[in-house]
Amino acid sequence: MISKNKKQILEGSNAIALTIKNIAPAVVSAFPITPQTHIVEDLAKMKADGLASFEYIRAESEFAAASIVLGASATGVRVYSATSSQGLLLMTEVVFNIAGMRLPVVMTVANRSVSAPINIWNDHGDAMAVRDAGWIKFFASNHQESVNQHILAYKIAEKLQLPVMINVDGFILTHSYEPVIIPDDKTIKKYLPVYQPPTGTYLDPKNPVTLGAFFGPNNYLETRQMLHEDLMSSLEIIKEEYKLLNKTLANQGANHQRQKLSRIDNGLIEYYGPQKPKTILIAMGSVIGTILETIKNFKDVGLLKIKVYRPFPAEEIVKIIKPAQNIAVLEKAISLGQSGPLYADLAATVMASKIKKNLNLKNYIVGLGGRDITQKMIKEIIKDAPQKNNYLKFIGKI
Amino acid sequence: MKKNKKRIELVVKPGTSLKNKTGPWRTEKPLTDLEICIGCSLCAKVCPDSAITMKQNLKKSKLEPHTDYNYCKGCGLCAQVCPVKAIKMKKDY
Ligand code: SF4
Ligand code: SF4
Repeated sequence: MISKNKKQILEGSNAIALTIKNIAPAVVSAFPITPQTHIVEDLAKMKADGLASFEYIRAESEFAAASIVLGASATGVRVYSATSSQGLLLMTEVVFNIAGMRLPVVMTVANRSVSAPINIWNDHGDAMAVRDAGWIKFFASNHQESVNQHILAYKIAEKLQLPVMINVDGFILTHSYEPVIIPDDKTIKKYLPVYQPPTGTYLDPKNPVTLGAFFGPNNYLETRQMLHEDLMSSLEIIKEEYKLLNKTLANQGANHQRQKLSRIDNGLIEYYGPQKPKTILIAMGSVIGTILETIKNFKDVGLLKIKVYRPFPAEEIVKIIKPAQNIAVLEKAISLGQSGPLYADLAATVMASKIKKNLNLKNYIVGLGGRDITQKMIKEIIKDAPQKNNYLKFIGKI
Repeated sequence: MKKNKKRIELVVKPGTSLKNKTGPWRTEKPLTDLEICIGCSLCAKVCPDSAITMKQNLKKSKLEPHTDYNYCKGCGLCAQVCPVKAIKMKKDY
């Protein structure tokens, strides 16, 4: 039999839509917003053409779309949504509720800047606005990674009753074409079983229950602690499931591993470069490709890619950055009035781990609102990283 | 895995609004003077917490409001709507 797991050249959004079709959620609901639009247009078309079995529920806003998938998930079925920027912000209240109610919702965020001023291009401002909502957050840096992360997301979500957000850079990943393998439905089923939560945990008229009930001062704290601890312990499970997914895909001839460039790759982080680097650049998402191209010419510079941002893989990060003297955190987001959010996480991690007192930890804000991040800028950052000057810099033009 | 010894049950059986007593949220308490009350039932209808039940007083052959202070949040709506000002809000702390 010919395997349907063949390599194709696809647009990033189309690749995500095809993957979702094969994952077969029962309910899809979304409101179109640039740059997420192609994903949900493709899904709507698949439904209209009779190629997909899910219910596609049109919503009057992102708040409604999120509420629809929350409700559908509460009835114990697999769901999907996607959004961007202002859309994600309009969903915010529901996004927090989904996590608090422990619903395994999976959602793609085609990352885009946040208004005002209005700007439709890529940065991570939207994802960071809901950073503390209690979702697992994946960041993809290419099409294949985004496809695989969607499959992994459903496994993790349904196994742990935790929502998962897959962040893909708007336009850079959603509107570009790359070779990619979309695992067929049979391959996916081998890894991701049919979703059936246990009786008494979802809305069912025959077995009435209350979800999202009232919790007073006597027990609210414990519910947040439980969510936090479950998120933290998901780190190990993500690592295991990532291995298992890669194995399943390889057995089914669906592993499109690009040429293996990284030294360490465990599903949470990836590290490229020398074993004992002087400087390490840390980043997330599609900029990884540009950085990788640039550091080829530097012998003592490494690159740490964060694939799972929440829960924060602090332990894995410490192992990698230990030998380095200079850490440069490149971010497409700014926590206004403080620093980049990833930088703050890194600073806390470095403090808690007591690795190096005199570590040079610097923050470079790049690419906001779709500004190109060039190799020239990255070279400049590598040069600046060991300097004892301003710890926070906006790198716009050079 | 090591830490969560006690799981909090987030999915619960229906009927939790009876279990969750909201009376302690109150800072003011409605006091109803049944001598003045004409039994119109407006207060019972307007109470957002359904804390007022109208009961038949057989001796006086009229309806009388009964306020359940386990659930009354002290919003004062009943006192506002009472046509004969039979309900007074008193500080309750
Ligand atoms: S004060 Fe408000 S809550 Fe209390 S009985 Fe009157 S209307 Fe109901
Ligand atoms: S609104 Fe006033 S008069 Fe009417 S039932 Fe209530 S207390 Fe009595």
